[in-house]
Amino acid sequence: MINACLTVIRRDLLIAARRRGEWLNPLVFFVIVVSLFPLGIGPEPNRLQEIAPGVIWVAALLATLLALDSLFRADFDDGVLEQMLMSAQPLSLLVLGKVVAHWLTTGLPLLMLSPMLGIVMNLQIRALPALIASLALGTLTLSLIGGIGAALTVSLRRGGVLLALLVLPLFIPVLIFGSSCVVAAAAGQPVEGHLSLLGAMAILAIVLAPLATAAALRVSAE
Amino acid sequence: MFLWFHKMASPRFFYRLAEILIPWFAACTAIIVVWALYLGLIVAPPDYQQGESYRIIYVHVPAAWMSMFVYMIMAVSSAIFLIWKMKIADIVAEVSAPIGASFTFIALATGSLWGKPMWGTYWVWDARLTSELILLFLYFGYMALRTAIENRSSAARAAAILALVGVVNIPIIHFSVEWWNTLHQPASISKLDTPSIHKSMLIPLLMMMGGFKLFYLVNMMSRARTAILEREGGASWVRERMAQDRL
Repeated sequence: MINACLTVIRRDLLIAARRRGEWLNPLVFFVIVVSLFPLGIGPEPNRLQEIAPGVIWVAALLATLLALDSLFRADFDDGVLEQMLMSAQPLSLLVLGKVVAHWLTTGLPLLMLSPMLGIVMNLQIRALPALIASLALGTLTLSLIGGIGAALTVSLRRGGVLLALLVLPLFIPVLIFGSSCVVAAAAGQPVEGHLSLLGAMAILAIVLAPLATAAALRVSAE
Repeated sequence: MFLWFHKMASPRFFYRLAEILIPWFAACTAIIVVWALYLGLIVAPPDYQQGESYRIIYVHVPAAWMSMFVYMIMAVSSAIFLIWKMKIADIVAEVSAPIGASFTFIALATGSLWGKPMWGTYWVWDARLTSELILLFLYFGYMALRTAIENRSSAARAAAILALVGVVNIPIIHFSVEWWNTLHQPASISKLDTPSIHKSMLIPLLMMMGGFKLFYLVNMMSRARTAILEREGGASWVRERMAQDRL
């Protein structure tokens, strides 16, 4: 069972390595969205510093959302998804493998880029570790929750906007705790509490989201 | 018990049951709401702090309460539909969504109208208003998913899954918004809308809550009847009924 999950992860990583455009685009989107804000509201360092946590978090959330559309799309189109549905392995584990691989190719590069964007937005250096840690836990949760939406809309030809409508309200708790974690770190306050809550949400999502995603895939593949 | 369940599950039985119940429920709704509005708007004294403008709670609070209640009904009937494949449960969930969204909208609109004299502005990012707004988004997502999927049985199952995912998330969203709010705003504002309430104000409020619930039932049942006719249009009992009604 674990092997099947690992096989899915290995396969998806291999595909991602050979098709670079797909996972690079959300990253570029992430960088561009963040750099739009100084252009939109002016370059004053203090104001940028104040809004930096929220802006970076919202941009990361939107980039994750953008990447979600491709989560099951290719497998749905070429029939791999049907093979997964029929396989003897539990579908929710295969789904978990797919989401983890997806997070490794979108969420992980996102966090590696985030310190740079933090500096660009004039965020305090001491807030950067909290930014990375909160994004690590948060984007994983976002990918897991978003997987449900992706599975529900995969059979629709133009599911992109609908996907956003379905999952954005569900993203709100992660956004609240994620960005306030960075705000607290920037103010020099302890962040263990925020990170624990983000971790709790990640664990809850790891346990429950694959089940819902698997059920949604069964509906979509009919 | 199971037999009764099975009987309830048949659209035909529900259609007939709703037909009998709707006039009674509608009459009760009218009496209770009119009476409660009389007690609330005319008999009850003005509030010592908020004056007359507090009276909007007789619409606002029941609507806010119903907005959550209807989502719960949607979630429970979605679960019933997924587990027992009961058609009528899906119909109840489907027709409840627009009603619940309307209640949510009414709660938001009356809340912001009340906010103008109280807070001096139509919109404050108050924890409750924000939660209601997110709930409205959840309703929109549910309805959008239903209309987007053309195949009716997949749409029903997909929407049911979404409703269940939403109901797991609602408490998390609610508490995170509450926490976010205490972080960003002084608590004095939310103090205003939870005063301890006098009996003469409480009784009409409770009556309005009952009246809104009955109103929901009437509305839901008559919508469900239409939905049943739409779905079961080809069934023989529908044709017999229609022939009878024409006579």
